Amino acid sequence: MLDFIIKRFFQVIVVVLLALTVVFFLIRISGDPTTLFLPPDAPKDQIEEYKELLGYNRPLIVQYGDFMFHAVQGDFGESLRSQEDALGIVLSRIPATFQLAISALLIALIIAIPLGVLSAYKRNTVFDKVGVALTIVGQAIPSFWLGLILIYFFAAQLKILPSGGGGTAIHLILPTLTLAAYSVARFTRFTRSAMLDVLRKDYIRTSKASGVPTFRLIMRYALRNSLIPIITLVALDLGVLLGGAVITEVVFSWPGVGRLLMQSLMNRDFPIVLAGVFIIALIYALVNFIADVLYAYVNPQIRVK
Amino acid sequence: MSDTILKVKDLKIQFKTGKKTVQPIRGVDFSIKKGETLGVVGESGSGKSVTSLAVMGLLPEKTSEIISGEIVFDGKDLTNLKEKHFRKLRGNDISMIFQEPMTSLNPVFTIGEQLSEPLKQHKKMSKKEIETAIIAVLTQVGIPRAEQIIHEYPHQLSGGMRQRVMISLALLGQPKLMIADEPTTALDVTIQAQILKLMKDIKKQHDMSLLLITHDLGVVAEMCDRVVVMYAGEIVEVAEVKELFDNPLHPYTRGLIESLPSKNTRKNRLYSIKGQVPKPNEITKGCIFANRCPFAFSKCFEETPPVQHTGNHMSKCWLQDSNKDEVS
Amino acid sequence: MSSSLPQNEQALENRVKPKRKSAIATFFSNLSRSWTGLIGFIIIMTLIVISLIGQWITPFDPYFAEFSKKLLPPMTEGHLLGTDQLGRDIFSRIILGARVSVIIGLATALIAGLIGTIIGIIAGFFRGWIDIILMRIVDVTLSFPFILLVLVINAIIGAGLRNIIISLAVGGWVIFARVIRSEVLALREKEFITACIATGVSRFEILIKHIVPNLFTPIIILASLQIGTYIIAEASISFLGFGVAPPTPAWGNMLNEGKDYIFSSWWLITFPGLAIVITALGVNLFGDWLRDTLDPELKGE
Repeated sequence: MLDFIIKRFFQVIVVVLLALTVVFFLIRISGDPTTLFLPPDAPKDQIEEYKELLGYNRPLIVQYGDFMFHAVQGDFGESLRSQEDALGIVLSRIPATFQLAISALLIALIIAIPLGVLSAYKRNTVFDKVGVALTIVGQAIPSFWLGLILIYFFAAQLKILPSGGGGTAIHLILPTLTLAAYSVARFTRFTRSAMLDVLRKDYIRTSKASGVPTFRLIMRYALRNSLIPIITLVALDLGVLLGGAVITEVVFSWPGVGRLLMQSLMNRDFPIVLAGVFIIALIYALVNFIADVLYAYVNPQIRVK
Repeated sequence: MSDTILKVKDLKIQFKTGKKTVQPIRGVDFSIKKGETLGVVGESGSGKSVTSLAVMGLLPEKTSEIISGEIVFDGKDLTNLKEKHFRKLRGNDISMIFQEPMTSLNPVFTIGEQLSEPLKQHKKMSKKEIETAIIAVLTQVGIPRAEQIIHEYPHQLSGGMRQRVMISLALLGQPKLMIADEPTTALDVTIQAQILKLMKDIKKQHDMSLLLITHDLGVVAEMCDRVVVMYAGEIVEVAEVKELFDNPLHPYTRGLIESLPSKNTRKNRLYSIKGQVPKPNEITKGCIFANRCPFAFSKCFEETPPVQHTGNHMSKCWLQDSNKDEVS
Repeated sequence: MSSSLPQNEQALENRVKPKRKSAIATFFSNLSRSWTGLIGFIIIMTLIVISLIGQWITPFDPYFAEFSKKLLPPMTEGHLLGTDQLGRDIFSRIILGARVSVIIGLATALIAGLIGTIIGIIAGFFRGWIDIILMRIVDVTLSFPFILLVLVINAIIGAGLRNIIISLAVGGWVIFARVIRSEVLALREKEFITACIATGVSRFEILIKHIVPNLFTPIIILASLQIGTYIIAEASISFLGFGVAPPTPAWGNMLNEGKDYIFSSWWLITFPGLAIVITALGVNLFGDWLRDTLDPELKGE
C-alpha cells in the first residue's frame, strides 16, 4: 500500500512538470512576449533592449531551463499587469474555487447517490423512467447556460438571489447549483447502472438466501460494492468539475482561480496563466491521487494482499 | 405425511422476457422426507436450479412467475408467501449452497461480517455469542484458524475454503432443509471429495434434509437416498438410488448411466446421448425426450407419456406401458 | 473431427451473410425499435440539413443589424424568436449557427479520431518503448481538465473556426488513442489472431486485414459519443469570448452577447441555449443507442 502511494505521488509530480512544459512552449511558440510590454509602434532597438533585459534573446531551451528552475521553487515571475508575484495572486484565489467546487461536489453526491440507488431499486417504474429521462436531459445542458437561466429566474425575476459576486453563503447558492447539475445527472445515471450491475451478482443472491431484508441488502451490501466504480467515475469527472468551475466562476463573477485564469488569458498575462495552469494541474493530480487511495481503501482486493 | 419436510406439487414456472414467455418448469412433483438426501439430476437447462430457487423464493420477481402448483415446506405453502415471511425462512429453516464459491461471497466484506448475517436476522444473540457460534461452525466444517479467518476477505481464501465458508453460512441457522446447487462442480476433484464427505457428515450430525442438485451421477451414487431425474423442465424418473442404478427405466436415465466412464472396463468409446436438451420454447407435443431417444416410436412424438409407478419407482415413458421386456 | 471443419465454415457463412445483405435495412429496423435512438437520429439529420441549406431558408438576413428594431420580443414584427441587441433576427442566427456546431462536431471528431486511432494502433500493436512514450503523453493530457486544456490552447493560438477545431482536436485525440490502444491489445489476445500468427501471416497483414476492420465499431461509437462533448465545449469557449469570432453566428457567441441583457430580454439567452441543449441531447441519444446496439457489452457504462 505504501509503495503504491509513493509511486502514485511520483506520477503526480511528473504530470505537473509536463503540463508546465507544454504550456510554456505553447506560449513561446505563439508569439514574442516582449511585444506585450511595449506599444505596437516601438522602435526595433527598444524591443531588442527589452529582450536582453528580460532574457528572451537566449536560446529557448535555456529560457525553459531557467523557467522550470524557478517554477519548481514557486517563482513564476511577476504579473505583467500588477507587478505582483504571479503564484501569490493565484494562491489567493484558491479558497474561493475550493469553496465552490467542494460544495458542488458534496451536493452532487448527496443528491445523486440516493437517487441512483432508488432508481435502481425501483427499476422500470414510472419514477425510474422519469429519473433516467431527466439525467439524460441534464447531461445535455451546458453549465454556463444553466447558470444564465438560474440568474434570469432567481436574480432577474424573483430577485431573491444575487446574480454574481462572492463572499457570502447567499452568493454561493446559484454557482453551486449550476456546477452541481451536470454531476448530479451523471452520477445518478452511473449509480443506477452500477447498482443494477451489483444487484445481479451471485453474492447478492447469497445475502438474500441468508435472510437479509431488502433495505439492508441495498444500503449495507450492494451500495458498498457499487461505491468502487462510483469512486472511479467521480475521480474521472473531477476534471469536468474543475473545468466547469472555471466557466461557472466567469458566469457568476466568482473570484476564483478560473476567473483569474480567464482574465489573464484575455490580457495575455502569461506568468499568471502559467502559475494558474500549475496550480490547476497540481490540484487535479492531487485529487486524483486521493481518489486512487480511497479506491484502494474501499476495495479490499487491493488493500489487503 | 408428517415425515415429509418438503413437497413440491405440480409446479409450473413461467419466465417473461419482453413479450415472449417460456415455461422452464412444467408440472414438477417430488417430496423430501426428514433426514433424507434427495438428488436432482439433469443436464444444464433441465430446470434443476430454477426449481431450487423457487423453493428459496429467490426467482427474479419481475420476470418470473409461479403459474400453478404448491411448494409445501413443513406444512406451509410457500408459493404465495409474502417476502417478509419468506425472509424468516431463508437462512433459518431453509438454506442454500451455491455452485460458484468464487463469486458467491461478497468481495468487500469480511468472512465474519457475512457469516454473522443469518444469526443477526434470525436469532437474538449478542455480538460475542455470534462470534462464538461462527467460530464453532467454521471449525466444524474443517477450517483451520477460524478466529483469524473471520477477519479476512474472500479473495484471501482458496476455492475449497470458500465453499466451506458457504457451507457454514448455510449451517448457521440450523436449517431443516439445506439445498445444495452443484456444490462441488466448480472445485478441483480432490477438493470435491473432501466437500462431499463434509456435507455427508454434517447432514448426519444435524439431522436435516438435503436437496442435492447435480449433473454428476457419481455424486448422486455417493450421497443420495433417492434420486429425481429431470429433463427439459419435467421429471422423467424417480427412484431409490440403488434401484435407479440397477434398474433404470427411462431411456434418458439409462443414457446418463451409460455415459458414465467406468472404473473397471476400459471402453473404446464413451457413450453419449445425441442431440441437445430442447429449449423451453421448442417443446411441442409428445414426449420431451423423443427427439433424442434411441427407442422412440411414432406414439412418442404424438402423445405425452403417462406416469408409471412400480412400487416407489416412478417413470414417465411409453415403453413401460406396452412392451417393457423388449427394451430391458 | 472430420466433420467439424465444413460445419464451422457453414456457421461462419451464416453469420456473415445476413449482415451484408441489408446493413442499411438492419440499421433502420433497429432504430425504429428504440424511440430514444430515433429521436436522436431525427435531431441529427435535421441539424445536418439545416446546416447545409441554412443560408437559403433564414427568414431574415442573419447579419443585418437594424438598431430601430433591437431587442424585440419573440413573435413581433415577423421575428419568431425576437431580435438581439443589434436588431438582428435571432431565429435566422440560430439557423445559421447550426453550421458552426455541425462543422466543429464533425471535423473535430474526424481529426481527433484519425490522429487518436493511428496513435492508438501504433501503441497497441507495436508495444515497447513507443507505447510507453505515447501513453505517458496521453496520461499527461488527460491529467488536465479537457475544457481548460482546449481553452488555454485556443486562447494562445487565437480565435477562429480553424483554431477552435485544432484546439479541440489537440485535447480530444487522447481519448481515441487510449480506447483504440486497449481494443488493439484485446484483439491481439483473441484466438483468431493467434491462429494467424501460428499460420505465418505477416504482421502487417494481420494489422490491416484483421485488426483494423475490427476497430471500426469502437471508433464509430466513441466518435458519436464525443461529438456532443465537442459541440458543448465549442459553445462554452465561444461563450467565454474565445473560439469563433463575432459576427459569425455561433450559439456560444450569441449567449455571450446576450448575457448582458439578461435582466431585460430573456429571449437572447433562452433560444440559443435551447438549440445547444437539443443538439447535445440528440447527439447523446443517438450515441447511446449506437453503443447499445453495436456493442451490448459496453451497455450502461
